Amino acid sequence: MENKLIEHGLNTNRRHFLSKLSLGLGSAALGSLLIPDLFSGINGERDVDPLAGIPHFAPKAKRVIYLFQNGAPSQLESFDYKPKLREMWGEELPDSIRQGQRLTGMTSSQTSFPMVGSIYDFQQYGQARAWVSELFPHTAKIVDDICIIKSMHTEAINHDPALTFFQTGAQQGNRPSMGAWLSYGLGSENSNLPAFTVLLSKGKGNGQGVYSKLWSNGFLESVHQGVQFSSGDDPVLYLSNQEGMSGQQRRKMLDRLAELNQLSFEKLGDPEIHAKVAQYEMAYRMQTAVPEATDLSKEPDMIFDLYGEDSRKPGTFAANCLLARKLSENGVRFVQLYHQGWDQHGNLPNEMRDQAKDVDQASAALITDLKQRGLLDETLVIWGGEFGRTNYSQGKLTKENYGRDHHPRCFSIWMAGGGVKPGFVYGETDEFGYNIAKNPVHVHDFQATVLHQLGLDHERLIYKHLGRRFRLTDVAGHVVKDLLV
Amino acid sequence: MITRNFLRYFIVSSILGSIVFGCGEQSVNRGDLPLPDEVSYNLHIRPILSENCFACHGPDANKREAGLRLDIPEDAFKVLEESPGLFALVPKNPLESHAYLRLVASDESEQMPPPSSNLKVGDREIALIEKWIKQGATYQPHWAFTSPEKIDLPRIKAKKWPQNPIDHYILAAQEERGLSPNTPADREQLLRRVTFDLTGLPPTLEEMERFISDQAEDAYERVVDSLFASRAYGEKMAVHWMDISRYADSHGYQDDYYRTQWPWRDWVIHAFNQNMPYDQFVTWQLAGDLLPNPSKEQILATGFNRNHKITEESGAIDEEYRVSYVVDRTNTIGKALIGMTLECAQCHDHKYDPISQKEYFQVYAFFNNVAEVGMEESSPGFSRKSPAKHPMMEITDEDVDGILSFLNRPDSAALSTALIGDVNSGANYQALLSETGKLRVSVMADLDTIRPSFVLLRGDYETYGEEVFPGTPERILPFDNAYPKNRLGLSQWLFDTGNPLTARVFVNRIWQQIFGAGLVSTPGDFGMQGALPTHPELLDWLAVEFMENGWDIKRLLRQIVLSNTYRQSSNVNPDHLKKDPENIYLARFPRNRLPAEHIRDLVLSSSGLLVPTIGGPSVKPYQPPGLWELATSGRGNLASYKQDSLGALYRRGLYTFIKRTVPPPSMILFDASNRDECEIERERTNTPLQALMMMNDPTVLEASRVLAATLMKETGTREDVVREGFRRIVGRNADQIEISILAEFLEEMLLDFESNPDVAIQLLQVGDSPIPTDLPISELAAMMQVIHTIYNMEESITKS
Repeated sequence: MENKLIEHGLNTNRRHFLSKLSLGLGSAALGSLLIPDLFSGINGERDVDPLAGIPHFAPKAKRVIYLFQNGAPSQLESFDYKPKLREMWGEELPDSIRQGQRLTGMTSSQTSFPMVGSIYDFQQYGQARAWVSELFPHTAKIVDDICIIKSMHTEAINHDPALTFFQTGAQQGNRPSMGAWLSYGLGSENSNLPAFTVLLSKGKGNGQGVYSKLWSNGFLESVHQGVQFSSGDDPVLYLSNQEGMSGQQRRKMLDRLAELNQLSFEKLGDPEIHAKVAQYEMAYRMQTAVPEATDLSKEPDMIFDLYGEDSRKPGTFAANCLLARKLSENGVRFVQLYHQGWDQHGNLPNEMRDQAKDVDQASAALITDLKQRGLLDETLVIWGGEFGRTNYSQGKLTKENYGRDHHPRCFSIWMAGGGVKPGFVYGETDEFGYNIAKNPVHVHDFQATVLHQLGLDHERLIYKHLGRRFRLTDVAGHVVKDLLV
Repeated sequence: MITRNFLRYFIVSSILGSIVFGCGEQSVNRGDLPLPDEVSYNLHIRPILSENCFACHGPDANKREAGLRLDIPEDAFKVLEESPGLFALVPKNPLESHAYLRLVASDESEQMPPPSSNLKVGDREIALIEKWIKQGATYQPHWAFTSPEKIDLPRIKAKKWPQNPIDHYILAAQEERGLSPNTPADREQLLRRVTFDLTGLPPTLEEMERFISDQAEDAYERVVDSLFASRAYGEKMAVHWMDISRYADSHGYQDDYYRTQWPWRDWVIHAFNQNMPYDQFVTWQLAGDLLPNPSKEQILATGFNRNHKITEESGAIDEEYRVSYVVDRTNTIGKALIGMTLECAQCHDHKYDPISQKEYFQVYAFFNNVAEVGMEESSPGFSRKSPAKHPMMEITDEDVDGILSFLNRPDSAALSTALIGDVNSGANYQALLSETGKLRVSVMADLDTIRPSFVLLRGDYETYGEEVFPGTPERILPFDNAYPKNRLGLSQWLFDTGNPLTARVFVNRIWQQIFGAGLVSTPGDFGMQGALPTHPELLDWLAVEFMENGWDIKRLLRQIVLSNTYRQSSNVNPDHLKKDPENIYLARFPRNRLPAEHIRDLVLSSSGLLVPTIGGPSVKPYQPPGLWELATSGRGNLASYKQDSLGALYRRGLYTFIKRTVPPPSMILFDASNRDECEIERERTNTPLQALMMMNDPTVLEASRVLAATLMKETGTREDVVREGFRRIVGRNADQIEISILAEFLEEMLLDFESNPDVAIQLLQVGDSPIPTDLPISELAAMMQVIHTIYNMEESITKS
């Protein structure tokens, strides 16, 4: 009996090992960098599979492009039209509306909260008769392709925790971000590109920085970490060979290296040595695949015209939008853009004009471009910031100038493609633009909905860490079915 | 046969324990596995109940369903609150036990766990519960909450093999499973291993020569002693403690300004090198300021609990952040010192372990009296964006000449440059200017008055529940009334010989650092959801030895590295690989990739570039351009990366500057901690991005050129150069095939470069160190490629 037990234990152990192999390397495979050959035949023996049953249901979207507007653009100058605020320009925000909401350290000592309407005009567009401000003329033209949510709300009131909450489901750091969860759950469609990539750009407006914890793998394996891409010379860190080193020479070096590693394997017998060789081969393939996938030089002029003149300048939001399309169509699961500069505590009318100008055309172009390539249906595009802005002025209010503080109670974002209702406006705020009047969407609801569109049940996409099952949506979140086709 | 004392925790041997119920796995279908003769609560049943039942029928009183609690026998055997006359568990009678009946119910509305939970108990697990009930449903105390005890050494067959008691335990477990120890490691392998384990550096050529030729019986022991005497020992030990302590060189939120906690790091190195006993080491860090007439060194040690992130975001709400700092310290105590997931009890009672939310806030109360604010900028009387936050200490020249002589304090010009950074105007500039010439460190100091502590409902900083006072979780060890109710008392509680966790947790992590995995594979969770120890008696033996011998860290390490378990070869025997693929039973020494810092140390040390200065402000070596600039808001003294020059480029990995919001990629790619919070175990991944870094990082390329040049000048033939380079990097003699592969490659490259000397010149242009002019360019470039290839070998960055 005892012997039998041991034998069974060891069999189990062997399977367990294989499963670890397929999870360890394999989730590198699943997760970020698929190496199909390495694992053929192993899957059948997996007995531990936290990802069993994925997709949990038929996915509507295969990929996500998230145009994060970092710093929090004002909903009151973009999509949430509040004529009442113009009528009541300069009047005190009634206490009945404010309801004692906590304020940031920047306005908590302010004695007066004068309401301020948008200095910019709004018009209705498209079949949905959606209101869009004059700052976003290109977006106005695609309203029939997008779904505007005016009733977003969040829990955090300052940038760092709010951004972290949006991306990871928790205000403090060290949790996996949305892209990492998708990488973990779905892996990459392209064996030569990471599943989760990050692109950064900066506008002229007041910026708040970005932090690598926003694309962290948290407690997931580090292969699920967002890989920062750039449109410059070295699209991925350390990708380019040293100047002068040719691909051919690199190949020669890798061949010798493989021979040496094989000799080590023959001495030491450790299968990890072969895994290392495989990663070097992967790296070599990336050296060709990544520059190809990120090469914008072969795009026709009409494409640059569509995205705007900025798209010819590497590192701009517009160039990143175009790069995002390329990465996405090459199978990158989650392309995360961050564009800084949306934190208009003061001088909002001027700064916001510049900010909108930087992003409006390219954001709309991305939708148009994906649509004309037949990719919009399977690509979920998201546009929005981490919270909203107050309906009262921060600092001095003049006829021409004002600022707005952080406002977590309501704000607007838009989504497009990926099975989200086009030409649809969801949720309403009260006439002061301060509280949500109808159909609130919490950040966790939003996250649950995004996962849902990719075929993932946010309550079942879990990872056990320190004895607890973690989810992107923590212990909350509901899929907002109203938004879906 | 199983050993007797083992029965204290487990009815049957642990053969299947760690395998079947390792933490972190989903429930596994093992329907084909026969049931054990005797079912053990600790080994078989608790993991099932914890995983599937305790969340609703466990320690958390607020979430408890139907008033049923299954983790405590008295409650589990009681009549069911909602069904008079019925019972959840009736010993010996599964069919009267409704906990069991619910598991096998076919009606969905009756099923447990409810289908909505997405949990499913497997057939074998149900059968285990049935058998356990039949055998009397006997509960056992959780192993980690009983005091460790030393027991008689287990009986073994190969009586000659053990070098010390560690080996007895390891061997007994191997013999039980039909395994036997591996052959001893050869001298080269052993020397490289122990040198990395104790100093984080590769052995030098001289050290290799000396050890290989030293045939004396105690040659190895003397090597070990000299490594302990090396100052690099403290640096090696500091790396892991810096992870534990979430040490960084910036404050961590938003604008992420510079901070000066490095004197605390220098103290850690010093303390390890002095072999400060662990109890004293921790006591100083937790409560140095509360000791009688504390010295400046004792106060500096308390920087430990100020290493956490501190916000400087305009608009931050003061109390929200102040509370988050106290929470961070509380969670760190749990994870780092007692291996408990205390943080799970911040918002509600712990779902699995006997830690109530009230107890969480009792521990919190120890740290709630610090004379700090959440956000200094908005608080009257505080300077802006300062490199140290109140409470702080100032380090004077007299201190550095005296009690703090271990500090490596650079001249004040260098300090000022670091401090001002990119800021050149405005109020922050004025504030930073006023700090120049001073060296300040954030440390602990309590308020004169008591800041009352409350349970924070749902963990929310604004929602107070009942008032609480400093205390510790009752079920781990009651807090002795003789202890002061402050951090010093907490420290006494931790090092009370009755505390079942402190020593076990520390020896487990030391084991983990050496062998790659702990005897408990979940080093931060010794609770119900954690893994069971693979060698419980060994863990206890080590823990008791450690306590009995004055918490002597070097002694503990010495016992481990002198064991024959440690001295085994790491060469993989296919039979062992098959029988124990994860090497749980250590029938070979486990091979593991070096941590990020030591990869850098290897490259710099073997090439001769290493500047072995100890301590001082962190340094900024080569880093791909634009990383800080792209992520910054533009504000702050760390908005742009100003690479260091000269010697500062070649310092050991632990001195690489850590800006939390943009941590150094060469470290992060190799799984180093981002220092966001206490981290007790790094992952060890293997990715293509690591391969790219080894291929193209200027540090590795420059080292390759420098080592190639040095060897070409010192050594005879080309083959000798290759041989020497291989030896320095891989730590062993290359065999003839290896040499011929590299020699061929050299010839190939040489041909390439001779026909294209411009490329050769181009490839030599890397790094700040001078390029030799007295060597043939093509040959140097070709040799550089050869050395670079050796650096890229799997063996080079692996501890075998």
